[in-house]
This record gives sequence, C-alpha cells and structure tokens, in this order.
Amino acid sequence: MNIAVIQSPGSNCDQDALYALRNQFGADARYVWHDDSSLHGFDAVVIPGGFTYGDYLRGGAIASRAKIMSEVVRFANEGRLVLGICNGFQILTELGLLPGALIRNGGLRFVCKKVQIAAVNKTSPWTKNVDRVLTVPVAHNEGRYVADETTLEALRRQNRIAFRYCDPSGSFTPESNPNGAADSIAGVLNEQGNVLGLMPHPERAVDTLLGGEDGRLILGCLVGA
Amino acid sequence: MHSETAPLPLHAQMGLSDLEYQAIKRKLDREPTLTELGMFGVLWSEHCSYKSSRELLKHFAEYKRAAESKGLENAGVIEIGGGLGITFKVESHNHPSAVEPYQGAATGVGGIIRDILTMGARPIAILDSLRFGDIRSSSDDRRLFARVVEGIGGYGNCVGVPTIAGELKFDRLYQKNPLVNAMCIGLVEMDRIATAAAAGPGNAVLYLGSATGKDGIHGATFASDTLGEDSDSKRPNVQIGDPFAGKLLIEATLEALATGAIVAIQDMGAAGLTCSTCEMSAKGGVGMEINLDHVPLREAEMSAYEIMLSETQERMLAVTHFEREKEVIEIFHKWGLKAEVIGAVTSDGMVVIKKNGRIEASIPAKFITNECPSVDLDAAEPENVREAARFDIHELPVPKDLSQALLAIISSPNCASKRWVYEQYDYTVQTQTSLWPGDGDAAVLAPRGTQKGIAAKIDGDGRKVLADPFIGGQLALIEAARNVACTGAKPVGATDCLNFGDPNDPGVYFQFKEAVRGIADAAEKLEVPVVSGNVSFYNATEFGPVMPTPTVGVVGVLDDVRNRLGMGFPRGVGFVYMIYGRGHAPRQHGLGASEYLRTVHNMEDGAPEIPDLRIEKALIELLSQAAKDNLICCAHDISEGGFAMALAEMCIVGQAGCTALIDANEHVRRHILTPTLEGLSTGKVQLEEIPEAIFEAETGVDAWAFSSRADARLFGEMPGRVLVGISESATKQNLTDKLCLLAAELGLTAHCVGVYDYAQHSIRIVTPSAPVVDMPLESARRAYFDAIPSLMGSSAS
Repeated sequence: MNIAVIQSPGSNCDQDALYALRNQFGADARYVWHDDSSLHGFDAVVIPGGFTYGDYLRGGAIASRAKIMSEVVRFANEGRLVLGICNGFQILTELGLLPGALIRNGGLRFVCKKVQIAAVNKTSPWTKNVDRVLTVPVAHNEGRYVADETTLEALRRQNRIAFRYCDPSGSFTPESNPNGAADSIAGVLNEQGNVLGLMPHPERAVDTLLGGEDGRLILGCLVGA
Repeated sequence: MHSETAPLPLHAQMGLSDLEYQAIKRKLDREPTLTELGMFGVLWSEHCSYKSSRELLKHFAEYKRAAESKGLENAGVIEIGGGLGITFKVESHNHPSAVEPYQGAATGVGGIIRDILTMGARPIAILDSLRFGDIRSSSDDRRLFARVVEGIGGYGNCVGVPTIAGELKFDRLYQKNPLVNAMCIGLVEMDRIATAAAAGPGNAVLYLGSATGKDGIHGATFASDTLGEDSDSKRPNVQIGDPFAGKLLIEATLEALATGAIVAIQDMGAAGLTCSTCEMSAKGGVGMEINLDHVPLREAEMSAYEIMLSETQERMLAVTHFEREKEVIEIFHKWGLKAEVIGAVTSDGMVVIKKNGRIEASIPAKFITNECPSVDLDAAEPENVREAARFDIHELPVPKDLSQALLAIISSPNCASKRWVYEQYDYTVQTQTSLWPGDGDAAVLAPRGTQKGIAAKIDGDGRKVLADPFIGGQLALIEAARNVACTGAKPVGATDCLNFGDPNDPGVYFQFKEAVRGIADAAEKLEVPVVSGNVSFYNATEFGPVMPTPTVGVVGVLDDVRNRLGMGFPRGVGFVYMIYGRGHAPRQHGLGASEYLRTVHNMEDGAPEIPDLRIEKALIELLSQAAKDNLICCAHDISEGGFAMALAEMCIVGQAGCTALIDANEHVRRHILTPTLEGLSTGKVQLEEIPEAIFEAETGVDAWAFSSRADARLFGEMPGRVLVGISESATKQNLTDKLCLLAAELGLTAHCVGVYDYAQHSIRIVTPSAPVVDMPLESARRAYFDAIPSLMGSSAS
C-alpha cells in the first residue's frame, strides 16, 4: 500500500509517522508537500500531528487551506483511507471531512501522557482489529473534542465514534478523560468509516522500547492487516 | 525619578567601564561611533565576554584546550560510534524570565536549540533546570513557576523537540529571581559537523530567518546587571519567540547544511548581528563587509545601532561557498523563510558595517571578540561556610514519628513528583524517548539508526554549594553523572550553567571560583569532560543574591538501549540491595544542608558530606556493567531525602511495596540481612550473624551503618550510594552473588537491605525489634503526586 504523509510547515510528527510506517511496518510511505496538488498513485493519506503554522488563528485552520487539501477531500470522498492525527484531526475538522471541533483542553494546560482508549465502533478499517483497551500517548494543547448535541447524537447513532478515553478497565470515567472531551471522545469517523480523526498518537506506540505498541492495532489497516 | 543626578556618559549607559572605553579608543585611534559603542557594549558585557570568569573557566580542561587552539564553538561534540556524535549545551535565561516568564523561558529554549543546530546537529532533546522562590508562601513565585513551565512547553512542544528531563527546586533565596537553564542535545554525523569560522574572502554572507525588529535591543547588557525595582521597565529588552519560525529554521538549516554549500553558520542569539558577524570573522581570522540596507526589517525606520543590537529570535548568519548562495536561498524560501545576501567575507580582519552608503562601524573582529579586558575580582570566603562546617547534629532531636517525617519529605515540593511540570511538555515527539520523565534517574533516548541509547540528566543543589562551594560543585557533577549511570549508561560528557550573584561581591566570587574548581575536579576524576557551558552572574535582587547554583547536565551512552534501567521496582518480588563504598568519615551524618533538616526541622544549616570520587567512579562502572549483564532490574541513587526517600520513590514509581531493614544498635549491626528465596516468598527478612572479621571490615567503616541515629540512616544525604532491585528470576540464577562479586572487584560493597513485593501495599522500614516507618503505599503515592498540583491549584489525576 502506498501511503502519503502530508508535510506542512510546522508539522512535527511527519518524520515520526513516516518512520513508523516505513521502518516499523514496512509500508511504502512518502512525503507529500503541502503545496503539491496530486495524490496520484497513493492508496492512503496520513495527516500527521504538529503545530502547522504555529497554530496561529486556530489549530489546523491555515493548513486546511493548503493546495493539497482539496485533493485530500476528493481522495476521502472516493472512500480511500485518510487518517488525521492530533493536529491532523484538527485539519480534518477544519476541512469539514469530520464534524465538530477541537478546542483548548479543559485543564487549560498542554497535556502529555499515556492514556487508555477503547474502540466504540468495531467495524471500520481503523477499529476492526481493536479487541481490547489500548494504551497510547497524547500530547496536545487543543484536544478537547466538542460538537453540538445533535451532532453527537448523530455520531452515536451512526456508529461514528471510533475511540473514547477510558480507564484501564475500560470504564469511561471523568478522571480518564485527559482534556474534557465531550463524551470522552478521542477519535471520530466519517460516515463511510474511511476517514479517522484521532487525538492520541498511534505512531508513537509501535515499539515496546518506546513505551508500547498498541498503536499497531490502529495503523494495521494501512499495511493491509 | 533621578532628576538631580547627572546623566551617565554614553559609554557607561552602554555598560562599558572607563577602562574599557579607553582601550577601545586606543585601538580604534578615534572616538567610536554610536553603533560601535553599542556593539562593544553588548560584546563586552559579562554575558558575552565572560570577562569575570574567563580565567577561572580554564580549570575546565576542554575549555582551556579550545580557548588556546581552535577557539570555542557553540558546543563540543562527543563521538559515540557508528559515525555519530552528540553535542549538547546548557544556557541560562534568568533575567528575561524574571521580567517576562513565558517569553523569557520560551526564547531560552529557542536559543539553545539554535546553538545546537548550528553545529550541524538535529536537536533531539531538551532538558531544563529551574529554580523558584518558595511556592508554598509566595503567589508571585507560583505565577513565575507556572508561566516559565508554560513558556518552555510553548516553545519546545511546537518546535517538535521533546523535553525529556530536568530538575526543579524551590527556595526563598530564588524569590523574584528564578533560574531558567535550558539544555539541548543534538545528534550529528561526524563528517557533517558545521563550524562558525567564516572563511574565503569573496564568499557571500547570508542572513537567514525572521526579519529584524526592535525587540531585545541590549538584551545581553540587561542580562549583565542585577534585577532592581525598575526591572519591569526592561520588559522591552525581552525577546519574543516564534517557535513556528524556529521549527522552519531547523528543517531549512539542516536541509541547507546537507547541500554542502555552507562554509560556516552561527545563530544570531545574544547581541544578534553584532555577535554573529564579529565572532564568525574572528574565529576564521577574516573580516566581513555588511550592508545593512539588505537586512530584512520588520519595521521601516531602524537605525544601524538598532539593527546591530536587535535580538529578534529565529535568525542565523551563514557564509556560503563561492557562488553557491542560491542553493541555500532556495531552500529557505521553500520553507517560507527569508534569506538575503547582506555582505561578503573580506581578508583584512575588519568588520565593516554600512548603511545608506555610510560606514557605521569599522572594528577589528578579533579585538572586539577576544580582547575585552579581563576583570580581576577579589574572592573571600563568606562567613556562612565556616559556620556550616561547625554544625553539630547532636543538638538535633530525632523525631518520634519517622513515618510522618518521611511523608513530609515526600510531599515537599523539592522531593515530590514533578509530573505537574513534565506533563506540560511533549516528551514523546520524535518517537525516540525510551525512558520517560519520572520513570528513571535520567531520561534515555533510543535514537534511530543505532542500537545505542543516550541518557541525560541535569542537576545542581544550591543549598550544598552555599554551605560548601567546592564540595557543592563536585556534588553537582557527581549527582548528574550518577543519575545517568543509574540508567545503565556510561557518562561521556558534561555541560554546566553557572548561576551566581554579583561577582563584584567577594563572597559571591569565592563561591563561583570554588564551585568551578569543584566541578572541574569531579569532571577530571570521573573522566566526564565539561565540553560546553555558560555563566550567568548578577542573579540578585533587593533580597540579595540567589543561592549559588551551578547546574550540570551530563550525557551518557548505553551500548544497547534495551538494557536501560528505570528506578521503579518491577512487577513481582525481588531483593533490594544497597551499593556503596568505604569513603570519608561523615562530617554530619549526611544531615547537613539536607532536605530533612529543612523540611522536618525547618533549619538551614550544616555542610554537605564530602564525596569520594574513587567510589563514585567505581559506582558508575558497576552500574553500567550490572545493567549490561542484566544483574539488576532497577536503580536509584540516594540523594535528597536520603535512603528512605529513595526507597519510597522506587516503590511509588513501581507501584510495589517493600520491607527494608536498618540496624539501630550495636547488636543488630553485627548481623546482615541474608537474602533467601524463602524470604522472598514470605516477605520476611532474615538476619545472620556477621563473623567478627567481616564485621570489622564491613560495618566498621561504613558511615551509613555506623550512625546510631535513625533519622540519619533514613534521611542522611550520603554521597556514593545507590539502591538497586534484583528480581526473583535473577536471584534464582545466583546473580546476587555475581553482583556482590562485581562490587568487591571494584572496591565496593553490595548489601541486601530488603525485599520488594508487588503484592504488598505498604512501605516498611524496620529494625529487627520494631518498624520505624510503616506507611500505606497509597499515602506515599498521593503525597508524592499531589504536592505540587495542590499548591498550584489543580488536582492531580
């Protein structure tokens, strides 16, 4: 599978994502520069985390106007795999590919730690392999997922909540929600389930030497697992 | 306000002494221009010229060698094998952080990252060493603390360099004068090391990065003065950071360096364009002609003086090979950064600055860079040093409730978990962080493309330096090196940041001089060379000088990163061993200048114990060997809070309970704890009588075992001591014997002191007759993790 890792000014997880996919999964992954206009020849897109344009204006707001993004929208609407991680999730909401928004953490501080997440949807390519509570790191300042009640209700009804923060036993407690996200939402899917926006970093959890490898279960679909 | 006083002469306003002014006039053979005076003012400031410290810094062998030969680069490089090298440096940003904590701390991080970047290295980690006033009593200091942490995270997180380790202490002597020391580590291919030495007359001089504005003018001069009532008015002297531009600069610079088109490059840090043009010329033995008309400006009306002295962040100066400047310019433009040719290298050794066709400055580069007259200062031992040495612990009562005393130490902000801080830093970006903050005595990175691990830690204890500057200096380096060694790494180099008060005070200068000697002595004997550093004087307010605080960052290498050790006891059961040597007879049972004395007795007195560098060196060797051979499963050094605090931390971090034994009387000291597998399963400790000969050899000279005071044994800060865990499976393979043998070979002793057990939910420290500490693990855990969040008004989770 050929995977495009979108590189924008201020992306800082682009190299991590590429390394995880290429060296730890053996996938064929390549950078695509934000100012390019084609995703020709790619089967999947990863929009990595970081602080594109320094989060100026709003996290992801400026990067979502880059030339490549209209191509990403077209690509997503064709039903192909698109994953936005952290700042990439923010970009996907700015693009309108996913509903809701990500705002300043409830605690008003940047938060970097390991969290637990549980898959709610069990059928999408991103969640079908997730058979247990996963431990993955978060690192964000604006990761609190919010949406109006109608949207949240639609997400629930359409089985589009991919992941929720939980405690190690799988319970959705307020203490296990690192940023005050609505419904403890950590990741959401588009209607077809091919587009995932995810606040935690699965690419940072693919090696036990670096703190765990639960992220492999999420990224697995990018290498045909 | 001071209307009746006559205005200072111009050179004095720029911070230049009459003597310096005369030297400048003599050399130039004329009156300097305003721009020139400004340039001399910043480059001859203490911050840039090291005029009060240069001579003493020659105690550092590496410094002396560099100063006498090729000249000082921004940071030294240490080869780690496989064609790779690491480079690292620590720098202070104290004054800006006192006035504007967020930006002060943020730009401190940005500046040190660029220092490393200009070596041609990719910045792979940030560490920070912070000091604040007492946050328990002062809301001002809580605000400074919160904003500094936010500033470090604000820059480091955005720029994508993980903040992996640090240290943090509080004391009223840092009130309103926080210390903010940021350290950066870079990884460089040995054949790609970049230099700052300009060369090749006719080569283009390139300005790279953000446009110049009026921010930070005279920042270096500001950093060379004490903080006074008017410090708030100096807020415009503080630079503003743009981490987004900083990130682009990293990527663009590394890409440009890879083309091979760059001859030399330097960050425009303190003293901006002045420093970079003069230093690069001086290092290369060349000159530069710079036309300020081509410098990208943020505001139209800027004078030559302002442009030369601006400290706008995220800028670099580079010299490119003849007619290859276009390659570099194109890369910078791709990253959306400015890149302009602003001049050329010349052969006459003069830095000539032009604007609108007029010569604004014409200065011999070597003169302004290297020949600021050294200042000879008087040193006199402050009275407190002798007083501290006389402290008599016999007058100190032993607390009845030692569990309570331990709990007080665990929850003191100095000893408590710093999780509130490090969770605000992205420490996992770059996906190389193998041992995370809070999990070990140092952080460990697993850099891509090598099996090796890189461990790093920064340390320093001002209280001990205040009480005994030489010993305190030694201990700062030792502590950092020992912490690095506890992860299983071999320390390979150090960097230091020397934070002191006004050097014109003979007492302060004595502290400085002795601390430098102490660090240099320990560095030499442990073979951990100090490869870079920074001096920060004038850390003083109306309350007086800060505690003399050298902070030392040490970096170490593990041959195989998989062998790295954390501090927490692992799941299961196992033994706890203490490893130590037979060192100096204790002066004050480890209680002088200790956290125990301060927290439990509310006393600031006494002197630190004298370390034995042979023992420290042997310990370092033992730890790396034991980690390599998988003899031990965790390690933690005994430091602030002593044995009990170290043990408690191993329990809290590992979420395991333990039972440890301290001997309290002559009878029991004649016994040793004998580790048996049976003991492991029952959680009971067994005693065996020590044969007379061994007793004489072992305990007779062991300071820890010798103290009859339970508080000294629990909380004494004896150097040269490490606690390690040995798992049940290792015990079954007789690895405990191997460990004892290894210790003996190195002239050390390894003693079993207890048992850890994942199923036990308490921390127990006992004598054979009675427990002296018995504490539910959960109480210890809460005290440890909640202390700082509860002071900062947020609950821990």
